[in-house]
Amino acid sequence: MAFTQSRQENGVVVVRSDGQLIVGNRHELKELVQGALAAGDRRFVLDFSHTGYIDSSGLGALVTVARQVRELGGEMRLAGLNDDLRSLFELTKLDTLFAIADSPAQALAGF
Amino acid sequence: MTSPLRLCVRRRPAGGGEGPDIIVSLSVPSDVGCIEEAVALVARHCFAGASVAERMRFRLQVALSEALANAILRGNREDATKRAAVRVELAADVIRVHVTDEGSGFDPRAVPEPLGPDGIQGAGGRGLFLIRKLVDAVEFNDRGNSICMTLRRR
Repeated sequence: MAFTQSRQENGVVVVRSDGQLIVGNRHELKELVQGALAAGDRRFVLDFSHTGYIDSSGLGALVTVARQVRELGGEMRLAGLNDDLRSLFELTKLDTLFAIADSPAQALAGF
Repeated sequence: MTSPLRLCVRRRPAGGGEGPDIIVSLSVPSDVGCIEEAVALVARHCFAGASVAERMRFRLQVALSEALANAILRGNREDATKRAAVRVELAADVIRVHVTDEGSGFDPRAVPEPLGPDGIQGAGGRGLFLIRKLVDAVEFNDRGNSICMTLRRR
């Protein structure tokens, strides 16, 4: 399983991505977030501290789920991107679309 | 379980003339579930024993993953009878990665950049753009079913 979720005491769902987020497993992430949305969760932190690389399909999956979260009045934050991963968001200007925190702890602060 | 990937590695003998030092060939079935393993195999052979910057490994992994996804989804249209061919030429200062599919090809000049307001909020259309940004040079054959990506060791 490449993605695991845990629920914080304040109700924020932290989704941890282990390995890669790419074309072969992007649906897994979408289904996980969509399942949590259906269960009533609205606040999400996606933790990429243990992620090797992300491809354009993975970036597309993030855009899709972030839109779905927003449409239901929720919020999704990204965290734990190293310099290489962050560069993908900067190159595609997706850093303007997402709230990006240095660490999961920082993303959770004040959420 | 046996891997559906087929790998071949050829090393140029010492003093064996010009050309790449090592050629890695990999045949990948038209299944996006095989991409991660294919990328890991190629990266392992490209960087075995070499002290390269992690940044270069990252660039190769993302670019190859993109090229294989394009080959499998758009070129071969996930047809189980077709395969994508990866050929990697390793030399001291440069890595060339060719990815070829069995499709009819496409015109890379017709692919728009995904940085307009609609592009940024869209779910797709970033693959070729990312490849161009991550590697040092990109070329296609005339038919448009084979991409060559060049990464220089820095």
